[in-house]
Amino acid sequence: MASITMKDLVKAYGDTEVLHHIEGDINDGEFIVIVGPSGCGKSTLLRMVAGLETVTSGEISIGDKVVNKLEPADRDIAMVFQNYALYPHMSVRENMAYGLKIRKIAKAEIDRRVREAADILEIGQYLDRKPRQLSGGQRQRVAMGRAIVRNPQVFLFDEPLSNLDAKLRVQMRLEIRKLQQRLGVTSIYVTHDQVEAMTLGDRLMVLNGGYVEQFGTPIELYDRPATLFVAGFIGSPSMNFLPAEAKDGTLTLGNGATVSGGGHSTGAVTLGIRPEHLMHDENGPIGISVQMFEQLGANTLLHGVLEGTDTEIVASMPGHVSTGEGSVMRFSAEASVLHVFDAASGKRIEE
Amino acid sequence: MLKRVHFPTSLLPYLLVAPQVIITLVFFVWPASQAVYQSFLIEDAFGISTEFVWFENFAYLASDEQYLGSFGRTIFFSVCVAVLSMSAALVLAGFADRIVRGATTYRTLLIWPYAVAPVLAGALWVFMFNPTLGIFPYILEFVGIDWNHYLNGSHAMMLVIFAAAWKQIAYNFLFYLAAMQSIPRSLIEAAAIDGAGPVRRFWDHIFPLVSPTTFFLLVINAVYAFFDTFGIIHAVTQGGPANATTILVYKVYNDGFVGLDLGGSAAQSVILMILVIAMTVVQFRYVERKVEY
Ligand SMILES: Nc1ncnc2c1ncn2[C@@H]1O[C@H](COP(=O)(O)OP(=O)(O)OP(=O)(O)O)[C@@H](O)[C@H]1O
Ligand SMILES: [Mg+2]
Repeated sequence: MASITMKDLVKAYGDTEVLHHIEGDINDGEFIVIVGPSGCGKSTLLRMVAGLETVTSGEISIGDKVVNKLEPADRDIAMVFQNYALYPHMSVRENMAYGLKIRKIAKAEIDRRVREAADILEIGQYLDRKPRQLSGGQRQRVAMGRAIVRNPQVFLFDEPLSNLDAKLRVQMRLEIRKLQQRLGVTSIYVTHDQVEAMTLGDRLMVLNGGYVEQFGTPIELYDRPATLFVAGFIGSPSMNFLPAEAKDGTLTLGNGATVSGGGHSTGAVTLGIRPEHLMHDENGPIGISVQMFEQLGANTLLHGVLEGTDTEIVASMPGHVSTGEGSVMRFSAEASVLHVFDAASGKRIEE
Repeated sequence: MLKRVHFPTSLLPYLLVAPQVIITLVFFVWPASQAVYQSFLIEDAFGISTEFVWFENFAYLASDEQYLGSFGRTIFFSVCVAVLSMSAALVLAGFADRIVRGATTYRTLLIWPYAVAPVLAGALWVFMFNPTLGIFPYILEFVGIDWNHYLNGSHAMMLVIFAAAWKQIAYNFLFYLAAMQSIPRSLIEAAAIDGAGPVRRFWDHIFPLVSPTTFFLLVINAVYAFFDTFGIIHAVTQGGPANATTILVYKVYNDGFVGLDLGGSAAQSVILMILVIAMTVVQFRYVERKVEY
């Protein structure tokens, strides 16, 4: 078990810098999820921790050892790849035992550990099969088994569930979480799926274009997103953004409606309201010209535009709502759930 | 299912394949059948009369010490050429697969020998190993080896093996490199994380995963060593000294065109033909099927 520290980490390919000055402290036993859109540098960051990519500048330590120059084999980590990367010419048993065999661990001990891991992951009956004789989900388990038999200090996961179907993904997600809690091994998990990120991580690192946008617990990110990007990325359906003018604690929306908020700032801002925080209220300040309803069963998503403008807006209403297309419905929202961002920098404006 | 499109029958398709068919008939089928016919004939010493003798030529070969000796030599030669050129190519491809900078230059240089004509390749090696002028005999003298492939049969054999293997490295290299590059990178990375060093990764993963290519190349190299090395032998040793490097193809030529035993030579070439057909069948049967893993 170990903590991981990233200090001023930079990665450049030639002249293009793809990761910019990443800072982050990961505590012993923590489950960290790195999340962000495609191409933002998640895999690169993970692979730097693994030792599969060189560090351009900065420092990575695992435990209290700087590992910048260490080979992957010497970092005491295990990694689960998106395509599983099982050895196709070896049986499941050999796949799992391989790392132990290289470390010259006694045969009996290897057998014991492989058995134990296979029991945890319920792949005991496949031990003598070749990877190609397994389903995607079973291969996924074998890949996990290969990681846990080694008993490493750190687990690294690079989108391990993205090749599975939706239902299996949810099931495996829970299993990974349980397994990690049981073993208590420090883990870094890369995904572009924000639901996966929210449910798995003790803390999330949101990456965008090679910058860390925010690093915090899922609830912090949901309640107090630090930037417009995080606000839009975390939460589903995603947050509504309404351009507004702030002056003396009042926000004036595009159609002249006003809501209180914005603190001491003046000038152009973006008001963020989550769809689930818009309350149906006959006297509310926010009018939505309803275009269509999306029935989800437990609740209904109302799609429309802010009255008198063409700013799209979504509200989530409890139960079944299906009448009112073409009309204007009014909503309000509590001051505590409004998010105000600087329109130019996208940074959150604190009250 | 799409409906098959029917074109009105015309002469065009036949015209288009005609050149290929004619070439095959003129340069393969006709000479091959001539060889088969010839192999059943014995000519008298003056070339005046010929006699149809059925399998007598073959029966004679089966008991001919020289022929059987040549057979054994050919197998030794082929195994050495295949093993030498394939292992050299495997190592080179292993390195080429790892390097990033200058990879293209490195690859291009390695492929050049393939473009050299066999006779020229032979000539090159003859020069390098010329007992009086060559650079290698000069160097070998320092370690006490008196190199002379004109007199020493083993030296001659080694020299033709080197020359033939060297020429085939480029071909094997290309196939090995392609096979290695189709192994997913993450697999090798997983092995690295599991603690395997470069050498271990090579033997535990890369080598088993390129085994279908190894099998394919084994057949190709055997065919090459059996049939395609005439030029090299002719340029380097002419089958000498004392037949030490007379492999089967060379013996066909030697007995037929030098010794003028046309019937016996034809019988030998028929046997070679059967061998090449057998190897081709093996290749088609098994190469397509991936080796089990
Ligand atoms: N070898 C390379 N040379 C140059 N640029 C690279 C190289 N590898 C990655 N990049 C760039 O680095 C950036 C980050 O890549 P990375 O693979 O880390 O993205 P990612 O966040 O994992 O995306 P995804 O979710 O699609 O896997 C990308 O813009 C990519 O183009
Ligand atoms: Mg990635």
